[in-house]
Formats: sequence, C-alpha cells, structure tokens
Amino acid sequence: MTNRAEMTRRDILKSGAAASTVTLAPGVTLMAFGGTAEASSRADAGKRWGLLIDASKCDANCTDCVTACKVENGWGADAEHGHVSADQSPEWIRKVTLKDKSTGREVSAPVMCQHCEEPPCVDVCPTGASMKREDGIVLVDKHICIGCRYCMMACPFKARSFVHEPITDQNVQSPRGKGTVESCNLCAPRIDSGRIPACVEACENAGHSAILFGDLKDPESPISKALKEYDSVALRADLELNPGVRYTNL
Amino acid sequence: MAMEQTIYRELKATPGVWQLAALLVAFLAAAGGAWFYMEHHGHVVTGMNNQIVWGLPHVFAIFLIVAASGALNIASIGSVFGQTAYKPMGRFSSLLAITLLVGGLAIVVLDLGRADRLIVAMTTYNFTSIFAWNVLLYNGFIAVVAVYLVMQMMRRLDYKWVKAAGFVAFLWRLALTTGTGSIFGWLVARPGYDAAIMAPMFIIMSFSFGLAIFILVTLTLFKLNDRPFGDQLLIRLGRLLGIFAAAVLYFAIVFHLTNLYATEHGGYERFILLNGGIYTVLFWGVQVVLGGLIPIALVFLNPSRSSTILASILVVIGGFAQVYVIVIGGQAYPLDIFPGYEVIEGFHEGVVNPYTPSIWELMLGLGGVALALFAAGLGAKVLRVLPTNLSDANVAAKG
Repeated sequence: MTNRAEMTRRDILKSGAAASTVTLAPGVTLMAFGGTAEASSRADAGKRWGLLIDASKCDANCTDCVTACKVENGWGADAEHGHVSADQSPEWIRKVTLKDKSTGREVSAPVMCQHCEEPPCVDVCPTGASMKREDGIVLVDKHICIGCRYCMMACPFKARSFVHEPITDQNVQSPRGKGTVESCNLCAPRIDSGRIPACVEACENAGHSAILFGDLKDPESPISKALKEYDSVALRADLELNPGVRYTNL
Repeated sequence: MAMEQTIYRELKATPGVWQLAALLVAFLAAAGGAWFYMEHHGHVVTGMNNQIVWGLPHVFAIFLIVAASGALNIASIGSVFGQTAYKPMGRFSSLLAITLLVGGLAIVVLDLGRADRLIVAMTTYNFTSIFAWNVLLYNGFIAVVAVYLVMQMMRRLDYKWVKAAGFVAFLWRLALTTGTGSIFGWLVARPGYDAAIMAPMFIIMSFSFGLAIFILVTLTLFKLNDRPFGDQLLIRLGRLLGIFAAAVLYFAIVFHLTNLYATEHGGYERFILLNGGIYTVLFWGVQVVLGGLIPIALVFLNPSRSSTILASILVVIGGFAQVYVIVIGGQAYPLDIFPGYEVIEGFHEGVVNPYTPSIWELMLGLGGVALALFAAGLGAKVLRVLPTNLSDANVAAKG
C-alpha cells in the first residue's frame, strides 16, 4: 500500500541515495524499517503471516514473550522507570489470564495486534499511516501518523498504544516517536530478514512453544496444518475481521 | 412598512466590549501556554491514556463543531425556509457558525500527538476514513458559509442567489454533522458507539446546542451595544429551542431503548443509566433533567425573556454533559474482548477505565471556546453583520 506522502518520501530517498539508509551526520543515521513503502515493497504478497497461540501450553507465570518484545522493540522501559503511569505506558503485547464463567477453567495467553485481514484501524486512519502490508502485517507508518488516536478508538483488541512522552535510547531496528501510535508489527524487520518474531523465539526458548508462527497462505506450513487439524478461535469473531492471530485451547 | 431595510452596523467598541475581549484574550493566552506545555512534555501531562484516548479537549471540540452547524440554522430558516423574522439574524448566524467550527477544530488540531504534521492530514487522504472526509467537510463548510455570508451582505444581489447559497450551506451542514456523528457511529468495536442513529442524533443535537449558543452570544453583543432585541422574538426563539431540546431527548430515548432491547448492549446501558457513577449522574442529572426537561418546561410553561435565556444556558450545560457521556463514557466502558470469560489477570481488562482530566486539557478546551467567541466578536466589530434594531415593532414591520 502506498500513498502520496510515502511516494514523496520514497522519491526523496531515491534522489538522495538509492538506499533505505541515509546518513544525516556522522553517527546519525536515518533508517527505514518495516512501516515504509520500501519495506512494504519487500513484503511478499504471496504470503500472509500469522500466529497460532496454544493457550494450553502457555504458562500463566511466564512473561518471556512480553520481555522479548520489550527488548526487541525498545518499549516498556518508561513505565519501569516510573515516568508514566501504567495507563499511559505502551503495551505492544500483554499476558491475560482468563476464567471460563461457566466451567471455571483457567487459561493464559498473550494478546497483541491481531493483524486483521479487514483491520478497522486501517479503515479509520485519516492519513493512511495505519496500514496493512501485502503480507498481512498491520502496522503504523510513524512518518505520517499525526497522533489523532482514531485507530485506538477503532481497535477491538486494545492492541495499540500512544507514545505519551519523549523517547530516548531507541532501538535502531524499531524507531518510535512521541505523539505517534504504535503496536505489534509482528517483528516485520526480523521477518524481512528471514527470522521469526521475538515473542515466538522467546516462547520456544522458554520451552513452551505456545506460539506458532508461519504463512497462512501456504497449505503446507505447520501453522496452516495445525489450523486445519485443531479447533481454533479468533478473538471477537463476531466482527468478521479475519485476524491473522488465532487461539487454540482457549 | 415602517422600515424597508434592516440596518447592519459594526459593533461599537464600548468599555464593555474591550473588557470582554481582554478576558477572552486571557483565555487564549492560557490555552496557548497549556498547548505548549503539553506539546513539550507529551500527553503524559494530561489525564488521557491508552484507554481513554480522547479526553476533555475532544468533548469541547465536538461540542463546538456540533454547535457550529446548528448556529447556521437561523440563517437557513431565514433564507431557505423563508421565515422573514429570522433574516436580519442570518449574517451573524453564518459568521458564528464559522467561528465555532474554527474554535472546535483548533482544539482537535492542537491536541494531535503531532500537531506539526497537520499538513499531512491536509494533503494525504485515506478515503475509507470518515475522519479524512471530515477534513474536507469542515474546510468546505467554512468556504461555503463564507460565500453565503458575503452573498447575504451584497445588497444589490438578486435574492434568489442568497437562497441558492443558503440551500447549499444547509445541505453541507447536514453532511458535516452526519460526518461528525459517524466518527462514533461507525466504530463497530465499542458497545457505546456502533449505531446509525448517532448521525441524525448529532444533527438534532446541533440544532439545539447551536441555537442556544446563538441566542446567548447575540444577546450579549446586543446588550454591550444597547441594541434592542424584542421580547416576542426572543420568546419565539425560545419556543424553537424547546422543540429542539425535546427532539434531542427523543433521540436519546430511542438510542437507549434500542440498546436495552439487545442483550449484548445491556452491560453498556446498565453502566450509563444505572451504575456508571459520574456518567450516570451526568446523563440523568445534567443531560436529561437540567439540559432537557427544565429548559423545555421553562419555555413552554413560562414563556418569557428570562426563561429563554435561562433555557439557553441550561441547554449548553446539558449538551456539554451529553457529549461528555458519549465521548468519555463510551471509552470508559470496557471492551469485551473475551466474551464468556472473566479476566482474572490482564491490563485494564473488563474494568471501567478511569479518567481525570488535567487542568491543561481544560485550558485548551476553554481556549477553543474563547477563540470561537473572540473571532465572532471581532467579526461583528469589523463587518456589518449585526442589525441595529431587533425590537418587536421593527421585526413585525418587516414580517
């Protein structure tokens, strides 16, 4: 998906240096990752990335996926330092523990951007900053986000956060910005370089392997096979948004 | 005929006018300071958060934007629907409509996380977004009403052109308020919104709030310049306000009754109508009783000059409460992401989201009101938009 603001920036990048890395000054490098036309053109329209979360494998006391996301994308430090309240600190991924009202069964699972096929956040965004890549990843182009937060009003999953204060010590692979909205981008920079999302890796390392990552369009991928074999649910299935994140044993 | 033409004159700069202007400038300066403080530190200094993403500034902004299109009604009733008594007020009605909209938009824009990127919003459109359409509707409204105002001020122009411009402006204002209501009506995920009735409800709200503000602002300016405003004309406006206020109540009743019928919305209705704390108080106490039943009773049971003025003040207060309940209450009520489950651990899952507005948000919101009023006053000072005489004898002579 491209629009005028992105086209302009891409033209500028092309005219300045035909690369996605622009050196502004010694030690100051402007890098474009994930949420740009450049990256979107790298996204493979033949794929649709998704997650299958097995709640029965998720340990209620484990938060390794959340920690890994914080480290990978450089969020969460602000809250821990006590600068902002919990209400105002970013939350790209969160752990929830649920109790079935009728049976009393308890399950735990992570919740992040559900990467809908029909994302309401993309529909409502006035500038097109909230976008869906060709490979199904939903993310915010922070260069054209004006910080209106309409996408946060529209998201059924509370998956998005607004950056409430100035940001220091950003991770170079995950640019963030005060006054813009952010959310899980399925670790698009990692995917673009052939790696799996940080949360999936952390869950594997913790020995749980509760999050399965893969291409939903490929019928031979482990995630497609698992979805075909086991019963799974989409959160807020009533909205028919066809999310790329599915849950099983919930 | 006692008089052939209504005489329009610029507002005279009396000490009272200067004092009021100085007061409004003080509010503008305070809002500027508040904006600079919020812009510098980020939204961390506000009461808004990741659950209540739109706060008090948006309540002020939406109230003003809704009232703006309603303020134009006086002009529409005169030139589109041919009510002669309303024609002398048409020019100021058009001016006030523009300034109220500008005041409201200023708040929205200054609350953006990246207000410096306003140019992006003006040049890059995602046409599936009602917000993007609203940018066009708002800018277009200012242009259309400005043309309409100029045409009203051209004495030699054939009146059919004024009527045509008035008709376009009337249609445009209906589209504009539909767009504003749809900002909420089209949010499918939230139980407090997701209702087609939002659009017509916002239109009828605009009729009511806009007329109330028009009455109050016009009377204030007339008083400052000792221009007569007839009791009968004011009572007539009051009666119209009573009808509009009743219509607002009707739409509120239909909205809530429909929600009550659908079991899935029962939780939201219990929250607003029964146990929502501040939102329940604002709904019943301020919106329904203070801003609805009392003003209706005043203008119909005891029609008088003071009844109309008091009813107008109460409609403004009730309208503000109504917008607060819609905007903040709709976000405070939790999203049901996991139907059938009780969330025993999570992040603000299934609990009412608290919100305490900060002083900065209040200052920014009041600044938008001050901007609208200051610009309306300034317009009346430099343009011939206010008639010199709206006494009943004078209005009757033309009517």
